Amino acid sequence: MNRTYRTLYSAAIILAAAAAAVGIGALVLMAIGVSVPETYRVILTEPFKDMYGITEILVRTVPLILVGLGIAISFRSGILNIGAEGQMQIGILAATAVALALPNLPKWLLLPLVLLAGALGGALWGSIAGLLKARLGVNEILSTVMLNYIAAQLHGFLLRGPMIDPAELQVGSGTPQSMRLPKAAWLDRILTGYRLHWGLAIALGLAVIVYFLMWRTTWGFRMRAAGAEAKAARYAGIRVESCLAAAMILAGAFAGLAGAIEVTGVHRRAIEGVSAGYGFSGIVVALFGGLHPAGIVPSAFFFGLLLIGADMTQRALSVPANMVLVLQGAVILSIVSAKTWLNDPYARDKAVRKMAALFGGGRK
Amino acid sequence: MAKNADRITELRVEGITKRFPGTLACDAISLRVGEGEALALVGENGAGKTTLMNILMGLYQPDEGKIFINGSPVRFRTPNDAYAAGIGMVHQHFMLVPNMTVAENVALGSAELRGRFRLNLGAARARIRQISERYGLAVLPDAYVWQLSVGEQQRVELVKTLCFGAKFLILDEPTSALTPQETDELIALLSRMTADMPLIFISHKLAEVKALSNKVTILRAGRVAFSGDTADHSSADLAALMTGHEVKLPCNECADGCGETLLAVRDLKVRSDRGHYALDGASLEVRAGEILGLAGVSGNGQRELADALAGLRSAESGSIALAGTELSGLAPRQIIGAGMGYIPEDRQTEGIVPSFSVSENLTLKDFASPRFAAGPFLRLKAADANAAELKKRYDIRCPSTATPAGSLSGGNIQKVILARELARGPKALVAVYPTRGLDMGAEEFIHKRLLELRCEGVAVLLISEELDELMNLSDRIAVIYKGRILATIPAQEATRARLGALMAGLREEEGATA
Repeated sequence: MNRTYRTLYSAAIILAAAAAAVGIGALVLMAIGVSVPETYRVILTEPFKDMYGITEILVRTVPLILVGLGIAISFRSGILNIGAEGQMQIGILAATAVALALPNLPKWLLLPLVLLAGALGGALWGSIAGLLKARLGVNEILSTVMLNYIAAQLHGFLLRGPMIDPAELQVGSGTPQSMRLPKAAWLDRILTGYRLHWGLAIALGLAVIVYFLMWRTTWGFRMRAAGAEAKAARYAGIRVESCLAAAMILAGAFAGLAGAIEVTGVHRRAIEGVSAGYGFSGIVVALFGGLHPAGIVPSAFFFGLLLIGADMTQRALSVPANMVLVLQGAVILSIVSAKTWLNDPYARDKAVRKMAALFGGGRK
Repeated sequence: MAKNADRITELRVEGITKRFPGTLACDAISLRVGEGEALALVGENGAGKTTLMNILMGLYQPDEGKIFINGSPVRFRTPNDAYAAGIGMVHQHFMLVPNMTVAENVALGSAELRGRFRLNLGAARARIRQISERYGLAVLPDAYVWQLSVGEQQRVELVKTLCFGAKFLILDEPTSALTPQETDELIALLSRMTADMPLIFISHKLAEVKALSNKVTILRAGRVAFSGDTADHSSADLAALMTGHEVKLPCNECADGCGETLLAVRDLKVRSDRGHYALDGASLEVRAGEILGLAGVSGNGQRELADALAGLRSAESGSIALAGTELSGLAPRQIIGAGMGYIPEDRQTEGIVPSFSVSENLTLKDFASPRFAAGPFLRLKAADANAAELKKRYDIRCPSTATPAGSLSGGNIQKVILARELARGPKALVAVYPTRGLDMGAEEFIHKRLLELRCEGVAVLLISEELDELMNLSDRIAVIYKGRILATIPAQEATRARLGALMAGLREEEGATA
């Protein structure tokens, strides 16, 4: 009996959190003077009306899964990586540079090399914060945020200067983008006519691998122990500092790979703005997914839906697409508040007793 | 209303019931404390003592039951209500701001002495002086709290509570951080104060219960298991009533089977976090099959010695050898590999990973060994089988071995740590305050296991502040004072007075012998 009440309590809290997120969004929508139910209807149902909408959700899902997995690894290992956006941009630059430098390699060699270069670039950027933390105890939140700025400037400089497409200079339009990648560096599309590419399979495969890595290997045990209670891990002989550095490097590699896949699968060249805030949304995706691959995949899909839905509301109802950021914020606030309630056994027990008093049922 | 009474002559609770998730913390508890009485409230961890006191302090609301002061019913919705009614509590952990003076600490907590914008320090000083004189509590109003010893801080807590107008005292394990001398002084002081105001004190130590209280109430699993006059019952009776079975804290009685030196620390110099030498040339030896007790007031280098033995703090000079292997300079992993077992001081954060399951915590040091891993992959079944076996062997009470270890009681967490360390078959074991804060049942269990280890030929270094524990278990007792070993004496020759004097830093030739 009490177990039913306890489930009811959790369900009620989760529903209340969802309602709160929707409610906060509604307030903002009302404030800008648009129809609330219509906006939500467009966001949540319009993308499913045709193949284009569905494939585009999945296109957004891929980088969100990859960044989210990296964030989950780092958060679980006790390091709060806010630098995925910058790591992704460095990954984009590294992947593009390798693809453009070796245009004559065969595809079976070039494509893996390009993806690897992206991952290594991100890993390198992540390792800066990781080493600073492990060696000098520099707060990783500060260092990763600062490194985001440096990466953004580097990204902008290279795409406007040394790496800019020579054609842009000749025509004189000066769009900050690189040359088109050689075809041998392209990730194939899954369906003709749609942008959805095989990066989806890579992301799903990596989700399974991350689960095994973190929960089924000694390496993952060490990382999770270091993240969950560093002091106990030290007494147990685990070198916590190396775990922190490794987590940062791996999180960077995932973000860098996300960037490489965006370039080779979607845009086929580096363009300013390819990272598109995925590095930040990925944090929300990971937290919403409970820092677990099984939660991150659906959570990435949900946020992909929000992104596409927001695009569509902009077109259909002229609601600014930035509304999606407001919704993201509302979701974060609701998750955090719901967690404090869900994790409070006293509140839960009190509610269970009240329900038992109202609807009957024993104490035990 | 009782509020205006000059004195509290009777505090009575009737049928107090308080439920918490999955447990009945207090189950229809009734008790009465009258004029001139000191009631000792004893019971195992989780018996409901602290919950009951928190209800008396207005921190929790009882689900059922009533509180009466001087015969009239009262309701405390907040701690302020309880203060206003004259109930004062001295918490187990001091509630003082270290970088403020005594007077500032007192003024800070009192609405009268805390003006809108500044503290009324003059009035606070006067109040402190008045209270000090009345009860013979020597306290300097202008001393900074951080400069005071633990015993002095305890007195400040008491003075603070009295300055707030307490007419009834509740003390939660008031002696847990004190040296034996300080404990004796506090007990004497509290006995004097009983004449003026009734008090309730919580304690695990039956010697104190006998010395201070005239009435005793024993709680077990949220119920009053016994209530009576202290004088009518021996310590052994009370211990049996407390745990529900006869308790015989085991003693180190078997013959001296000590072998050769296994663990040797020589001239060890280690810096503390603040940079000074916390260990200043300490040397000690523990032989196979021996328990060496290390006595000392906490803060005299025990923490740094323990850290150095675990490899978590590097030694400036000196050596640590385990069975001939030099350990100083090695990483914790290598020290564990050399056969060092370790029970850390803070079991909640150093001994276990609280969010990890009991099963995972039991393999925390061996998860990568061939027994629990095939190559890089964890053998979860082997870990679960290991956990099931150890749960049975060490009587770990948990709903399942998949339960997060942090949700267990202190005694059971300690059993998880003990099980993990002993199952590894260590050559030497360092146990740092292994029974601190545990009830008698858990203490008995841990003492038995430590003595078993001794009989198996393990070298055990027992770091403790509990003199009874040290004298019962040790073969020899070393006393640490300001980073040096002041003396090492055979346990048979140790007395409380002699150890107490050594712990206070008095060298034997300066007098103060047994």
